[in-house]
Amino acid sequence: MLRYATFRLLSTIPVLLIAITACFFILRLAPGGPFDQERALPPAVLANLRAYYHLDDTLIVQYLRYLGRLAQFDLGPSFTTKDFTVAQQIAIGLPYTLIVGGSAFLLAMVAGVISGVCGALYQNRWADYGIAGIVITGLVVPNFLVAPILQLIFGVKLDWLPVGGWGDGSLPYLIMPVIVLALPHIARISRLMRGSMIETLNANFIKTATAKGIGRRRTVIGHALRPALTPVVSYLGPAAGYLLTGSIVVEQIFGIPGIGRYFINAALNRDYGMVLGTVIFYMVLIVVLNLLVDLAYAWLDPKVRTR
Amino acid sequence: MRDAPLLALKDYAITFATPDGTVQAVNGLDLSVQPGEVLAVVGESGSGKSQTFNGVFGLLARNATTSGEARLEGRNLLDLSPRELDQIRGRDMAMVFQDPMTALNPAMKIRKQLAETLTVHRGLSRREANAESLAIMKRVGIPEAERRIEQYPHQLSGGMRQRVVIAMALLCRPKLIVADEPTTALDVTIQAQILDLFRDLIAETGTALILITHDLGVVAGVADRVAVMYAGRIVESAEADALFSRPAMPYTAALMRSIPRPDQDVEAVEPIPGRPPDLIRPPTGCPFHPRCRFVEDRCRRERPPLAEVAPGRQAACWFPFIDETAGTETAPEAAHG
Amino acid sequence: MTLYAGKREALEDAFLDRDMPRGKPRSLTRDAMRRLRANKAAVVSLFVLAFIVLAAIFAPFFIPYDYETPDWSAFRAPPSLESGHYFGTDQNGRDLLARTLYGTRISLTVAIIATTVSVVVGVLYGATSGFLGGRIDQAMMRFVDVMYALPYILFVILLMVMFGRNVFLLFAAIGLLEWLTMARIVRGQTLSLKEREFIEAARASGVATFPIILRHIVPNLVGPVVIYATLTVPEIVITESFLSYLGFGVQEPLTSLGTLIAEGTDVLEVMPWLLLFPGAVLVSLLLSLAFIGDGLRDAFDPKDR
Repeated sequence: MLRYATFRLLSTIPVLLIAITACFFILRLAPGGPFDQERALPPAVLANLRAYYHLDDTLIVQYLRYLGRLAQFDLGPSFTTKDFTVAQQIAIGLPYTLIVGGSAFLLAMVAGVISGVCGALYQNRWADYGIAGIVITGLVVPNFLVAPILQLIFGVKLDWLPVGGWGDGSLPYLIMPVIVLALPHIARISRLMRGSMIETLNANFIKTATAKGIGRRRTVIGHALRPALTPVVSYLGPAAGYLLTGSIVVEQIFGIPGIGRYFINAALNRDYGMVLGTVIFYMVLIVVLNLLVDLAYAWLDPKVRTR
Repeated sequence: MRDAPLLALKDYAITFATPDGTVQAVNGLDLSVQPGEVLAVVGESGSGKSQTFNGVFGLLARNATTSGEARLEGRNLLDLSPRELDQIRGRDMAMVFQDPMTALNPAMKIRKQLAETLTVHRGLSRREANAESLAIMKRVGIPEAERRIEQYPHQLSGGMRQRVVIAMALLCRPKLIVADEPTTALDVTIQAQILDLFRDLIAETGTALILITHDLGVVAGVADRVAVMYAGRIVESAEADALFSRPAMPYTAALMRSIPRPDQDVEAVEPIPGRPPDLIRPPTGCPFHPRCRFVEDRCRRERPPLAEVAPGRQAACWFPFIDETAGTETAPEAAHG
Repeated sequence: MTLYAGKREALEDAFLDRDMPRGKPRSLTRDAMRRLRANKAAVVSLFVLAFIVLAAIFAPFFIPYDYETPDWSAFRAPPSLESGHYFGTDQNGRDLLARTLYGTRISLTVAIIATTVSVVVGVLYGATSGFLGGRIDQAMMRFVDVMYALPYILFVILLMVMFGRNVFLLFAAIGLLEWLTMARIVRGQTLSLKEREFIEAARASGVATFPIILRHIVPNLVGPVVIYATLTVPEIVITESFLSYLGFGVQEPLTSLGTLIAEGTDVLEVMPWLLLFPGAVLVSLLLSLAFIGDGLRDAFDPKDR
């Protein structure tokens, strides 16, 4: 297990390195960057940038400086706001993004697994079709469509939930954004779980368990569930990535002051520094989350654990 | 003089609804097993031998329908709901499956798989169940049982896994064990060991054993009686020694000739010509007639019932090799000119 | 000379079913088409999709309004049959039906071009990697794995921010979004095809490498490629809508379904039709593509479900 963990850890480093290097060069090449004389930035910001980027040094030195700064979580200055660095803005937005994203992740897992198991147990009966309907909706309708419709129904017409904003961070403000964010993943996990559960229930060891007379519930939960979860756990890594990108839109629509909102604003205002910094941040986060999921997966597999 | 049978199947039938038609997997089966008896059920694949007992244990697929009776100590198992059946299976009757690698849950420790039978059926506490599981691991001859019980199935060898599966079946001291091809997935040397184990355990516990197999070699050492199945029916039933020395009907004879024996030349092995019958559209009359050397007109028209041909022997054939009921014992050649 | 050629022909005839490399194995396709026709959802979806596509192409010729000219007599008008604005108008008096049709056209065009890019890149990359095998294959696939781990959309946005929002960049960027999966699938297929006997036989009788790829491998790839291309299109439509919605995709005066939905969201409370109609079209498009894609996959590979 330890061997696998170290191997996995080491293999993420090249990935990150490649991505970060690519970002560095994109920054240098971008037209209209600080390195482009024609672009008119406010002088204060321009001065900041020049000082920061040490443009007189050679490329290699700039690159190494860049790496060094990244290691210290310094993502550089924002091109449009001279008061906050990129890292600071991210730090401000991070808790909101984490709360919404994390809740969506949990919701997706729980709702997805439960609905998937139900679909498998009640195959081709009403419950299965009902769940399948929700699944198709979640898979097909994009979140930027679901969100306004839900806002219209629950926020305006029925007035049950606040239409947007963070408010005091209490549950009513969170319900819609979290559901909208989680929906496509609930759908996917449900489908994966259903298929996997059906397949697992046909396995020989389930026959053994049934023949032992330990009862349906014990068989399904105790014996079938864990092996059936494998494809779902594999999906969790990519899911984390999609959740992060999805949160950008959701934060925008529901007015949640998370990183996504800063990102969009920066992108629309051509604040390269902020955009780049956020992309790097997201990337690192996704790679780390994927790593964690892979490790969890390996840990769950007794063949790997007992090596 | 005969006690009430432990397991009695009467007119037992299983059909499967498939897109291609209704498959008659088991067709009017009559079978009984006495307490403490070892019965071998022999047949080619597709003969219905496994499905028969899957049905008894309630393990059939969704598209299956059963009819007739399957009585364990008088109680018809086919009438029971799955929950009622749960109280019997694993406790009064247990099954040992063919491939121990897939029969055990790969993600669960051996200890847990053994202990849960005890906690569910006998209400033992976790500690008591663990202790007894360990004891039975030793009883079935697994070396270093304390270490092995904490391991996962993939860490054990094939033979050990099969012992675990057997141990699992024995835990609640069932009155009947059904072993479905218990040695097929194992090495020849291990096969012998497992059969010895069965013999010992039967002798010690007095459990009845039904041994499903297509391998007559397995049968010879262990079984008291043998029942031969073909196309979902029993076509011959006799005491093991009697069957081996003198099969009563053509199929049994052909079966025995199709298996290599150490005292025979390899050339003497003759596979049975033809193919197993189509269970959706079975042949008329005797199901074996298209492949039978001795087929007569009557065989094509009427199905022979399973009838007694000698004390303790039954055969389903119009022209059995042995027929002591009519007072004549015929040699195959003489009966068919 | 003749002897050698004769031998080759004889071998080819014996080992290779001359019909097979020409196209997909005939019986397989016919089987698949039969299964597909039986799949009601897929058939209905085909009709819906055809309807939408035909409407997007031809309907604008039949409507009195166009997508950008304001109708001064009808600002913010709800949908009605009498006024001729079947879908209503927006804040600028532009007819929504015309705009929706136009937007659909744009979205579909982007989808087709981007899918083509994706398919071409994916197939070439995957086939090459699979066919060359060995170290090169490993390296190429590692690259794919690396790319997989990164949030592609963010890169796309980054690129759009940096290099401006021209349409070609959009096509290329979106197209390059999905090639990874296509490459993987094609590589897998190539690997398994490579080992099949008829390739060995062709090689043994001296057929050169490139004709092998062309006559034997590529035709057998058509099935999976078509299926996954169909499954890719909805992804691309969503991505394009997503980008347009955020403001990075299609720019004025062009419009796409994503832009229309974005505009509709702003005024949802007062003019719900501005969101609902383009939204309905988008959902119908995606749903029918999903059913068709699923149907194709089930048809060619029934054990998948």
